[in-house]
Amino acid sequence: MIRPDFRDRALKAAPFEYARAASIAEACDLLARHGDSAKLLAGGQSLVPMMAMRLVRPAFLVDINEIAALKFVRREKDAARIGACTRQCVVERDEALTERVPLLRQALKWVGHIQTRNRGTVGGSLAHADPSAELPLAAQVLGAKMALRSAKGTRVLDAEKFFSGPMTTAMRPDECLEEIHWPAWSWRHTGSAFTEISVRHGDFAMVAAAAQIAIDGDGRCVRAAFGLGGAGGTPLAFPKIAARLVGTRLDDAVVNDAAHAAATETEPGGDLHASAEYRRHLAGVLAARALREARERARSM
Amino acid sequence: MSETLHPISVEVNGKRRSSQVPARLSLVDWLREDLYLTGTHIGCEHGICGACSVMLDGESVRSCLMYAVQADGHRVTTVEGLANPDGSLSVLQDSFCETHGLQCGYCTPGMLIASQALLNSNPNPSEAQIRDAIGGNLCRCTGYQQIVEAVRLAAERIAKEAK
Repeated sequence: MIRPDFRDRALKAAPFEYARAASIAEACDLLARHGDSAKLLAGGQSLVPMMAMRLVRPAFLVDINEIAALKFVRREKDAARIGACTRQCVVERDEALTERVPLLRQALKWVGHIQTRNRGTVGGSLAHADPSAELPLAAQVLGAKMALRSAKGTRVLDAEKFFSGPMTTAMRPDECLEEIHWPAWSWRHTGSAFTEISVRHGDFAMVAAAAQIAIDGDGRCVRAAFGLGGAGGTPLAFPKIAARLVGTRLDDAVVNDAAHAAATETEPGGDLHASAEYRRHLAGVLAARALREARERARSM
Repeated sequence: MSETLHPISVEVNGKRRSSQVPARLSLVDWLREDLYLTGTHIGCEHGICGACSVMLDGESVRSCLMYAVQADGHRVTTVEGLANPDGSLSVLQDSFCETHGLQCGYCTPGMLIASQALLNSNPNPSEAQIRDAIGGNLCRCTGYQQIVEAVRLAAERIAKEAK
């Protein structure tokens, strides 16, 4: 029944060598040996279609799906650590993690569909670094830290340094994203929110906005963070504008001003789906919406 | 130069299937062309349409976004694996017939896999949960309404049978 000769069939991706790495060390070793021509294969929800369209044609694929050491969720006092190859569905279902870092589940609700989240990984989405993707925005807003491993050792990069351009990160070709450190805020009244506009739910966002707010018992803001996706070459956070919210009561006017100030700083591109002007408009509207929603959640805690 | 072939052994619908595959062979091509399990359909081949959905270790995934070599050592359920052991239609499949949940049938295998995966983890889904579960599967005929009805009907019938 099995066809004897594979040479006569049409295959979409260009040929490549394949190795299933059994450990992080083996994956790093393969990357060190094959350099630029090698690529890591995690969930494959972006890389495989790109290879099918031959937009990329790596000569060597290092499959990291079977490395158990890259799949974990650890909840610590002031943070959550997630192994890079942890499936998005695992994070989505984790109640204790959601309590600690609620923005993750809120962001994942907008990511693709059940079938893609069952396979797609947290680290894969970050390393792919699509400027309108949800997890990179959550990482940028929360100031996540990425632990990168290579045969030479380990280094840690802040989200701000990690995302260097559209679909580009500061990772070197011989590095493997090992784990992501998500800071958790300890204030009792903390709320977060994620919202976006896309053509259909599950598509990439035209613009996405995420926010996290902490308030004291009197309703005064003690910390704020927010950001925008799809509004520039990388996901954007606005720490200076967010700092101006601290000490206020987060009235609508104050929140809307901050959102507007952030939108003014963005330089979105335009395409068939949304002009640059429309995206900048959305940036202001969605940032305000995310901030208000986060504020309401913080107030209700 | 001939391409390297990788030996794989995958449990497909309860049976162990082994073969030699080039690394770039997608899981769906292996299922259809090598195992002749043509129930799984190929639509867009880049992860948009959901027609090629299968269960991998019990979770629904897109089989066009995986290489067959990656399924080595894992368990795959295709639409052929949903029927009853005697070959008769499962409750879910029969419910699709009952409510006219298909017209051309192209999306149906993916819809069945997505809905079966939902019912396995949530035997009593709300309409919103059903719509979310099939949200990654495109249908151009039914307008989705009858598919949602089919899944609801199947859930009710399974609950009744369990009593």
